Amino acid sequence: MHVPARRVVRGLGLLCAAALSLTACSSSGSTAASGSGDASAGASAVQAALAKGGTITVWAWEPTLKQVVTDFEAKYPKVHVNLVNAGTGDKQYTALQNAVSAGSGGPDVAQIEYYALGQFALGKSVQDLTQFGAASLNGTFSPGPWSSVDIAGGVYALPMDSGPMALFYNKKVFDQYKLTVPSTWAEYLDDARKLHAANPNAYITNDTGDAGFTTSLIWQAGGHPYKVDGTKVSVDFSDAGSTAFTSTWQQLVSGKLVAPINSWSDQWYKGLGDGTIATLATGAWMPANFVSGVPGASGDWRVAPLPQWQAGQNASAENGGSSLAVMKASANQDLAYAFLKFADAGPGVQDRIKGGAFPATTADLNSPAFLNTAFPYFGGQQANQIFAQSAKNVVKGWQYLPFQVYANSIFNDNVGKAYVSSTTLAQGLKNWQDASLRYGSQQGFTTG
Amino acid sequence: MTATTPAPTKTSGPGRSPRLRTASSRPRRAYSVDRPRRSRTLTALSSLIVLYTLVPLAWLVVSATKTQANLLGSPGLWFSGRFALWDNISQTLTYDHHVFLRWLLNTLLYVVLGAGGATLLAVLAGYGLAKFDFRGKKTVFAVVIGAVAVPATALAVPTFLMFSTMGLTNTPWAVIIPSLVSPFGLYLMWVFASEAVPAELLEAARVDGSGEVRTFFTIALPLLSPGIVTVLLFTVVATWNNYFLPLIMIKDPNWYPLTLGLNAWNAQAATAGGQPVFNLVITGSLLTIVPLVAAFLLLQRYWQSGLAAGSVKE
Repeated sequence: MHVPARRVVRGLGLLCAAALSLTACSSSGSTAASGSGDASAGASAVQAALAKGGTITVWAWEPTLKQVVTDFEAKYPKVHVNLVNAGTGDKQYTALQNAVSAGSGGPDVAQIEYYALGQFALGKSVQDLTQFGAASLNGTFSPGPWSSVDIAGGVYALPMDSGPMALFYNKKVFDQYKLTVPSTWAEYLDDARKLHAANPNAYITNDTGDAGFTTSLIWQAGGHPYKVDGTKVSVDFSDAGSTAFTSTWQQLVSGKLVAPINSWSDQWYKGLGDGTIATLATGAWMPANFVSGVPGASGDWRVAPLPQWQAGQNASAENGGSSLAVMKASANQDLAYAFLKFADAGPGVQDRIKGGAFPATTADLNSPAFLNTAFPYFGGQQANQIFAQSAKNVVKGWQYLPFQVYANSIFNDNVGKAYVSSTTLAQGLKNWQDASLRYGSQQGFTTG
Repeated sequence: MTATTPAPTKTSGPGRSPRLRTASSRPRRAYSVDRPRRSRTLTALSSLIVLYTLVPLAWLVVSATKTQANLLGSPGLWFSGRFALWDNISQTLTYDHHVFLRWLLNTLLYVVLGAGGATLLAVLAGYGLAKFDFRGKKTVFAVVIGAVAVPATALAVPTFLMFSTMGLTNTPWAVIIPSLVSPFGLYLMWVFASEAVPAELLEAARVDGSGEVRTFFTIALPLLSPGIVTVLLFTVVATWNNYFLPLIMIKDPNWYPLTLGLNAWNAQAATAGGQPVFNLVITGSLLTIVPLVAAFLLLQRYWQSGLAAGSVKE
């Protein structure tokens, strides 16, 4: 009797938390006009804060930040950084929104994924960094991540890492079943059929419906389902890019050619290790997870460029990746920004690359040392060359909704059905579109 | 969670000491000599419940003996590969700078102060309400009964907002203070005290010149001890297993109780660059329930009498 009751109540609590985040969002109206005139004054204030010292709290789940904090404190002995893992992804965003609504208890710096940043920027919970001179860092970061933090004339975070997509494939499985590494998604579909016919236990990949993955592939296909202009928002999953995705992916799903396994589950790790999941199209941050999570398959996997929607193209997209933002409620914003700069554009970047993270800084993406790094896990392959090329080929102009965290949270209620019932992906996306727009207009956005 | 186990079906009823029965030197099965007729349906049903309760436990124990790699590659209910239990335990205790031990100490802190305090308050208030007449007693009764119906988790979000304005979130107090209130424990103590402490005894003590405080400590308290242990068990289990309250109150892993810590380890597998440590999550879960299982087994007798007190003497 204990457990179900608690679960119901937990659900209630989450509802409350969601309700809190709604109120936080609904205040979003006009876009911030930034005062970048006193940028140099801001920069010197940052230096002064470092000399004076103090304590800041950082909410982040990125594991490589531990080393960054150690080095930061060693360089500035008067500064103390309290690094807190307040949950991964949407769990942390809920906590963050709660703290924003409550007006206290929040951090000075928070890790926020690119897809979620718009929500916090429009809700005015994160500080516009142009006053500290962040606008001048424009060329420091690769264009994809920078466009994600450069929102409506303000810079609301500094890119921490990026996830230009590539195709990870299990070479052992490909060799065994004589599959060719696909250069287009049509070839990918052929491989999927061949593999599953040869071994009914093996699948080309796993997919049970993942909002980030779906939007990334539509992004790569040149789709622009989301259009955001101030408070005007439109969603349209019937454009050419979205249709390219659904027509191919529908065949994979209908043919039961994708493993019904959730990403990040224990089954998933098992499948990656034993060859029953043969490929993963995902972000360049994946290698560290292969090394720690699938050590048994070391040497089996290789990296290839992402398959194309049209032969001969070389389009790519970002998947995942996060930024560090300064919270508006922070009492020590100068020091918080100093940490951001150290971690995202300073010596911290090297710490993080050594820890297996994939940078967003152009200097590192172009450096020979980085490009020529051989990955023992991938049989000595210089995989960063593929990732760096992918970063350059990211299709420009992609936008997320200013309430993407909520939209992604209802992805499975709508599009997830296509994986378990007769609903088509196209219909599922249409339902998702309607539900997202409904929510948007409830939040006071002009939808159309 | 353990509250659902059908322990009361097996051994003696409340009040009968196990020692009496061993003195009769009969084999264990002979207890049912009073009622020789047995229901097969009931036996089958209780076997199902026993399975339902024990299978996850068996899975946990078996899985705790496997390495991370073996865990994914072998069936859950039987041993496979190297016996890695000791290895897992030592890894669990040392992983990430012994953070598990820190979480264990935090949990103990919340249990000792939270559950201990809740028991103390419940005993004092329950005794007072049962044995003294005063104006507004009916109102207090109504409030307590009403409070029993409101689960603590439903109050967690309002409590969070309140504590936030007081600046108490992210401190141990945010978990301890709400845990101090146990309406159910109070109600249990109240019922127990009105039955277990005869008014005549208190009268006699008063006649003999004992003050109220002295009467409470020397006469009432020993009589109340089975009830106290029961309430203590309830509150300890509730505080030990508490997940939602610390989840929204505490963001600093240094103040996590075990429930949140294990969840954080589990979430690590779904993090870019994170290390999946399913084997440590499982071994950590096993270590987490061991004290509860021990407390339950050792104090089973009190637990049963407590359940009965709550259900019968209304």
